[in-house]
Amino acid sequence: MSEGPVTTETLRKEHPPQASAPEGASRRLPPLRRAFRTLLLPAGAIVLALLVGAAIMIVSSPLVDGDINPMLPLTAYSALVAGSLGSFNAIVNTLVQATPLILAGLAVGIGFKAGLFNIGAQGQFLMGALAAAAVGIATAGLPPILAIPLSVLAGVFAGMAYGFVPGFLKAFTGAHEVVTTIMLNYVAIQIVAYVASGPLRGENASFARTETITTAALPVIAGREGHIGIFFAAIAVPIIAWLLFRSTLGFEIRTVGANPDAARYAGMRPRALIILTMSIAGLLAGLAGATEILGQVGHMPAAYATSVGFDAIAVALLGRAHPVGILFAGLLFGAMRAGAGLMQIQAGIPVQMVNVLQAVILFFLAAELIVRYLFRVRAGGAGVQEMQTITRSYGEQVAK
Amino acid sequence: MELLYEIPIVGFLFQFIGYLIDVFPIIAPTIIAAATPIALGALCGFMNERSGVVNIGIEGMMLTAAFVAWWTASLTAQLLPDSPPGPLGISPALLIGLGAAIGAAMLVSLAHAWLSVTVRADQIISGTIINIFAVGITGYLNLLISRSAPPSAGQFTRWEPPAGLTELPGIGWLFEALFAQGPIGLTLIVAVIVLQVMLFRSRWGLRTRAVGEHPEAAETVGIDVIRLRYRNIILGGIFAGLAGAYLTIEFGNSFQGEMTNGRGFIALAALIFGRWTPLGAFGAALLFTASEGIQRAVRFGPPEGALGDFLASVPTQFYSALPYLITIIVLAGVVGRSRAPAAIGRAFSREKRERRQRPLSPAAGAPPPSGP
Repeated sequence: MSEGPVTTETLRKEHPPQASAPEGASRRLPPLRRAFRTLLLPAGAIVLALLVGAAIMIVSSPLVDGDINPMLPLTAYSALVAGSLGSFNAIVNTLVQATPLILAGLAVGIGFKAGLFNIGAQGQFLMGALAAAAVGIATAGLPPILAIPLSVLAGVFAGMAYGFVPGFLKAFTGAHEVVTTIMLNYVAIQIVAYVASGPLRGENASFARTETITTAALPVIAGREGHIGIFFAAIAVPIIAWLLFRSTLGFEIRTVGANPDAARYAGMRPRALIILTMSIAGLLAGLAGATEILGQVGHMPAAYATSVGFDAIAVALLGRAHPVGILFAGLLFGAMRAGAGLMQIQAGIPVQMVNVLQAVILFFLAAELIVRYLFRVRAGGAGVQEMQTITRSYGEQVAK
Repeated sequence: MELLYEIPIVGFLFQFIGYLIDVFPIIAPTIIAAATPIALGALCGFMNERSGVVNIGIEGMMLTAAFVAWWTASLTAQLLPDSPPGPLGISPALLIGLGAAIGAAMLVSLAHAWLSVTVRADQIISGTIINIFAVGITGYLNLLISRSAPPSAGQFTRWEPPAGLTELPGIGWLFEALFAQGPIGLTLIVAVIVLQVMLFRSRWGLRTRAVGEHPEAAETVGIDVIRLRYRNIILGGIFAGLAGAYLTIEFGNSFQGEMTNGRGFIALAALIFGRWTPLGAFGAALLFTASEGIQRAVRFGPPEGALGDFLASVPTQFYSALPYLITIIVLAGVVGRSRAPAAIGRAFSREKRERRQRPLSPAAGAPPPSGP
């Protein structure tokens, strides 16, 4: 151990980022075994959730078919798979549905890494969507090569600004981000309602919404609705992974998340890191909103019903706040969203079953001891390590 | 009066106050009706958070209860023969619906308690799970059930307070607004007062506050922290159940998917704004819904002159967003500080008195070197 003051640099030298990532007992295993162990708990949770879902379907089958039908879950799940993976268009639809979930999931996940619970992904998503739509309409006269980047950037900046606010409040007044972001979500809903039904209301629309986005719409490159926005998620995942695990900034973010006191002692600046992390999170959620509006919806409705920001919490938790985990969790939930329609048509199971499955997956992840017991798993925890910091700080009002 | 109104700028304020005094007796009942589910939800949060457990799942608990109340009442009404409803519109079907709603919310609360106290899972995640699950399961069942279009079981009706009370000059409208309510609305008023007194004047209140502020100290003087937390969380479910039932069998008589519409989260805001006390939370809920009430008053009968023009020009969405903005401002400590119970969000473990955070490294975890 070297002498002298402990700084970020000496910490980095003695504890390279890989080793300091808390992985529990599985740390020294070979990579494949480690990946297997890491996957066991989420996989177990998913299997159990599907079983619980099946039980709910069987119990409620008299309401679906008029009679108890033990085969109903099989019909439903096969329709779910067919609707998400059964054809080229289905796979493209899965990717399209997964894109905003992955981006917003990263927004929640990077918050987790810094010990912040960003429930505000929903609000940041909405603000990004609104700004992208506003600029997309304003740039209707420009060629797509200019209109698209401008609109996407507008969404990114709006989301970033909306993420900055709770970060700033947390850093300088100690207002807990869970509460402020919940409140900001509802403020965002009202802002969207005001702008899309007031100043920006389209003239020919049958309901309150903005004009249709023309030149700024993301071009479709695959299947019926595979717009180029799906690459945003594909690019964001490695960038965030690099940022978190290969850069000094990421190391500091993770240190603040694991132990803010240690981070302060090591000369890092938790306040700046909190603000920065929330801004990056807002940026990602804003990008998700811009992608969704410019690629999928094509206008901004005043009453925009979406749950991406909340599903993103489930995605981030299932992905253990790791970018690669979030990628796969996002794809899984995207597939569920893509297949839910066919499930409703073929099996008569309402699409809300997907929400039930999501919640039950999270339940088994939170109560991992059930999964451990049933599957005889001994590997490291399935939870997000930095979670402790978040709940501990809920009652703290003044950040040091 | 007219003289006061003539003063520049400040006169504007007097005009506004005068307008409020004029319209308040008219809008007070709607304000209280809108505040009731929020205040009940806040009481649920109060029971949790005062014992040191975060509850952001109030929304989900309310939604579940709203659905269960409506569905059970409807099923019972179909089974039981028609009978004329008693006072306050009370019928067996509605009572069973109410009981089922309370039971359902207590069951969800039990799950929350198990996850956050026994499993020591993250309390915020536990609340998130409740919210997602509630949206899913109620939406799922509601869609299946609505295919057969079940009849509504009706709703509770209002109590009529004695005329001597409501016709009092000056303040009669206040009694009218407070007491001309159905059974759930009246329960709230009683519950707020009882809980407020009990929190600061009873053994239960003292113990609850101790467990919420410093569970380790409470444990050393012989309070069973885990049992008290369980009990308070499950009892808190009663209020979430009442809040949900209020929406579907007292205020309205039907259920729609996601009908709680953020009320559970406003309840959380009211709790914080009211500084974690029942009376404060009730007041905050009234303040929040007053914002909507004033908006409606301005739409239907704006004051005369420049003030009316100004109030009418404010977008309605601003009034809706106001409660949330106020909460953020209060939380940020700009206008007085609202302090949470100290032990909130920390899982309590009997073996490990203080749940230590994982030290980053030996260097960072060790105390600073003492010598030069």
